[in-house]
Amino acid sequence: MKERLIRLEVFRYNPDTDTEGHYQHYEVSCLEEWVVLDALNKVKETLDPTLNFRWSCHMAVCGSCGMMINGEPRLACHTFLRNYPGTIRVEPLVHFPVERDLVTAPDDFMEKLKRVKPWIIRKDKQPIEQGEYRQTPKELLRFRQYAMCINCTLCYAACPEYGLTRHFIGPAALALAHRYNQDSRDQGRDERQEVVATKEGVWECTFVGACSEVCPVHVDPASALQQMKIASSFDWIKEHLLPGGGK
Amino acid sequence: MAKSNKPVVWFPFAAGGTVIAFFIPVIALLTLLVAFGKVPAGLSYESMHSWLADCVLAKLAVFGILALSLWSSAHRLRCTCFDFGLRIDTLVAAVLYSAAIVASLAAAMFLFRL
Ligand code: SF4
Ligand code: FES
Repeated sequence: MKERLIRLEVFRYNPDTDTEGHYQHYEVSCLEEWVVLDALNKVKETLDPTLNFRWSCHMAVCGSCGMMINGEPRLACHTFLRNYPGTIRVEPLVHFPVERDLVTAPDDFMEKLKRVKPWIIRKDKQPIEQGEYRQTPKELLRFRQYAMCINCTLCYAACPEYGLTRHFIGPAALALAHRYNQDSRDQGRDERQEVVATKEGVWECTFVGACSEVCPVHVDPASALQQMKIASSFDWIKEHLLPGGGK
Repeated sequence: MAKSNKPVVWFPFAAGGTVIAFFIPVIALLTLLVAFGKVPAGLSYESMHSWLADCVLAKLAVFGILALSLWSSAHRLRCTCFDFGLRIDTLVAAVLYSAAIVASLAAAMFLFRL
């Protein structure tokens, strides 16, 4: 197996001693088929144990290793060294406050996620004895893609709208709202519309589409937002132009 | 947070986007054909002109295509201004939407005077 000397330029910031961040250079010998996360781990094990970054699964499932790699939001465990011939610049995800080195605080995203109520809402709860709410494969397909989100927040780092307007609910949270709206077992769309159909919701989106480009699991949040814009527009027509508010 | 009234401007924008996707390639093709002097008989300026002059439905269709495309472009430009950091959205919106409306009215006047 081929080894290569990998040059990393890594953002460092220690809140206890630094007033601002700086870049540190490392050189480590890596196997050609490694990912950026492997290189960072080797740096931490052999060169600098003070380097901080988050990771857990090493297989694009946990969503915790998001960082900017050569300026692009990516999962470090899903980014192969062989695609990066030169020095690799590694920085914390943009649009989120940096806690330490490559670790960012996702609190704003967590709060927004809660606001869209990403769980099944029932108006008529059926008693447990009646068994589960059944669903056909076709009904499952209507939302499956949007259920694949791993909450990595790469789409928030990619979204220029979120960067400019922090109150924007943002791609992943809205895509999850759509996921539950599309679920045949759910009856909570009206509640979610109170957030989705506001200015902070889908209407802040200008359809740049960067979220869908960076999403590592192909959720395609942009398509969810466009579909919700269309549905919200029909709601608006019903509420404002039809007699009786369409009720 | 109240629900937004954005659908008022967004719906015609979305409709215009669809219209543009379908008709602008046709217009580009026709322009190219004219440039190379290879206009099919039915699509010459004279025959289209007389067809438009005679048929109210055709006028309405052309007006619809123009008005929606103009609105859509105005809205897209408004979003682009915002994305590029021009934070005077109300003014930008007023100027661009007014331009689209004025141009649409001009198109209507021209079409119905034919
Ligand atoms: S939508 Fe995609 S990019 Fe955004 S948080 Fe979910 S998995 Fe990550
Ligand atoms: S370590 Fe879990 S997604 Fe990368």
